[in-house]
Amino acid sequence: MKIPLKYTVRNFKTRLLTTGITVAGITLVVFVFAAVLMMAHGIDKTLVATGSPDNVIIARKAATGEISSIVVNSDAAILFTLPHIAKTSDGRPLATSDVVVIINLEKTSGGLSNLTVRGVSPQAFTIRPQVKIVEGRIFRQGAREIVVGDAVARRYTGTKVGGQISFGGDKWTIVGRFEAGGSGFDSEVWGDSEQLQDAFNRRGGYSTVTLRLDDPKAYSEFKAAFDREQRLQQFEPKSEQQYYAEQSEAMSLFIRILGIFITVIFSAGATIGAMITMYAAVANRTVEIGTLRALGFRRRSILTAFLMESMLLSIIGGLIGIACASVLQFFSISTLNFGSFSELEFSFAMSPGIVVASLLFAAGMGFIGGFLPSVQASRLNIVNALRAG
Amino acid sequence: MANSIIQVQSVSKSYFRDTFEIPVLRNLSLEVHEGEFVALMGPSGSGKTTLLNLIAGIDRPTSGKLIVNGTDIATLNESALAKWRAANVGFVFQFYNLLPVLTAFENVELPLLLTSLSKAERKKHVHVALSVVGLADRMHHYPKQLSGGQEQRVAIARAIVTDPTILVADEPTGDLDKNSAAEVLTLLDRLNKEYKKTIVMVTHDPHAAEKASIIRHLDKGELQ
Repeated sequence: MKIPLKYTVRNFKTRLLTTGITVAGITLVVFVFAAVLMMAHGIDKTLVATGSPDNVIIARKAATGEISSIVVNSDAAILFTLPHIAKTSDGRPLATSDVVVIINLEKTSGGLSNLTVRGVSPQAFTIRPQVKIVEGRIFRQGAREIVVGDAVARRYTGTKVGGQISFGGDKWTIVGRFEAGGSGFDSEVWGDSEQLQDAFNRRGGYSTVTLRLDDPKAYSEFKAAFDREQRLQQFEPKSEQQYYAEQSEAMSLFIRILGIFITVIFSAGATIGAMITMYAAVANRTVEIGTLRALGFRRRSILTAFLMESMLLSIIGGLIGIACASVLQFFSISTLNFGSFSELEFSFAMSPGIVVASLLFAAGMGFIGGFLPSVQASRLNIVNALRAG
Repeated sequence: MANSIIQVQSVSKSYFRDTFEIPVLRNLSLEVHEGEFVALMGPSGSGKTTLLNLIAGIDRPTSGKLIVNGTDIATLNESALAKWRAANVGFVFQFYNLLPVLTAFENVELPLLLTSLSKAERKKHVHVALSVVGLADRMHHYPKQLSGGQEQRVAIARAIVTDPTILVADEPTGDLDKNSAAEVLTLLDRLNKEYKKTIVMVTHDPHAAEKASIIRHLDKGELQ
């Protein structure tokens, strides 16, 4: 039979200060740990939400991102002859040929930052239904008009509807603001692809082509037809969702590795804190340990009780750390996306996986910190322990 | 003649400090019969508490045999000895050794957690034990809310709650005032006479020893 848990819990109250300091240390480390994971998950989530599983994006094989991809007009025309491409009501392919460029714009917080400008075809709003105009209107074809993503409107100066910004050797009028459901499009400016081709001397082609299949299950047939077309071998089709998920990989991996490296260093401090607390607990309760052993509780019960105490302390710290980190979900930050070299706004995102990982991390600190003191407690000589009083 | 419940046969016990051997008990033999109340007296350092610890199975002899309730406890491993103590020995310490974060009820219940009794059965046993020591009305009090005498009575309730074969008491009145000490000794006497408990008590106090049916003196690790 184990030593009752209430013995462990009530002992916390008898040394509130050291317990509090230990819990606070673990809380801080778990907060940082969870925040880092939430940041990486937020980027993943934002970029995954950018793509739709029903859409296929075609980019140049060697391109690492949309800005380094070129699909010339003639290749785009060949693409549209492939089977299983959905059609609009007037029989045109349901697709958008995008021109993706990067401009510099001044941020409201000061300083210049890279911003993605995407020239799109009229069907872009149909195949990306998460993009919705919430203020003003859609730009007109053939006009130097643009619409800005919600995150752009918040973070860059002069980007309110009705304003004008300069790029590509001309002034562009902002006629609308759109929301894109927290996806990467929120951090973009959209305009007419032909106007962007003209402004950036890209008359000959586009960056990527994104199209909707008439049946998502027909992807393998579409892919087979694509592979058979010798004139398209320099391109690669991918699910749009997969494409943007891959764009986030380098960024989120970098954040995870750096963040976890830092928190592991922090955790050494918290673990030593837990260890000191538990050594103090063993020293203060030596007679109690001797008494429990004399009454017949085995070494294993003592070991378990003290290990439980350490882990419980850590889990309490972990839960508080997770609760504090959860508040971060209400905040959005922006960072340079390695895939597009432009600013990407994203929110910290909590997930069940992060909660479990954070709790395991906290419990791990408690286990490591509590192990040696618990072993010491369990190995105390009964007679010596009873004399310690 | 009652059965012999404790047989200490040619037991020696030495402690070691670095390379120095410090003999505490020297070839000591003692027999205690069922239902006896034995007081061990002697000057400090004579080996009284060491002998009590050996009988209670919380220390091991350097040599000799220790048969308690039919078991040669010197041969038991750590785990088996813990189990044996839980079933056979009730402890009463000089400073009561109650766990301060547990109530009187919870302290008394502790040894029962090592048995297979249900929660309801444990509750019943604790009530009986606390009633025997006259503290049923204080069961929800924490040790700091009790007087020294009451704490020691709770400790006695904890010692008897599993109905052990023997009770070992190390200076049970050593930290108590005269009245409380008298109450505790009366209680031990009652446990011996009324409940037929075998008691081995270490004491410096001749008045306390008077309650015992047998008084044995130790000096320099030998029984006089």
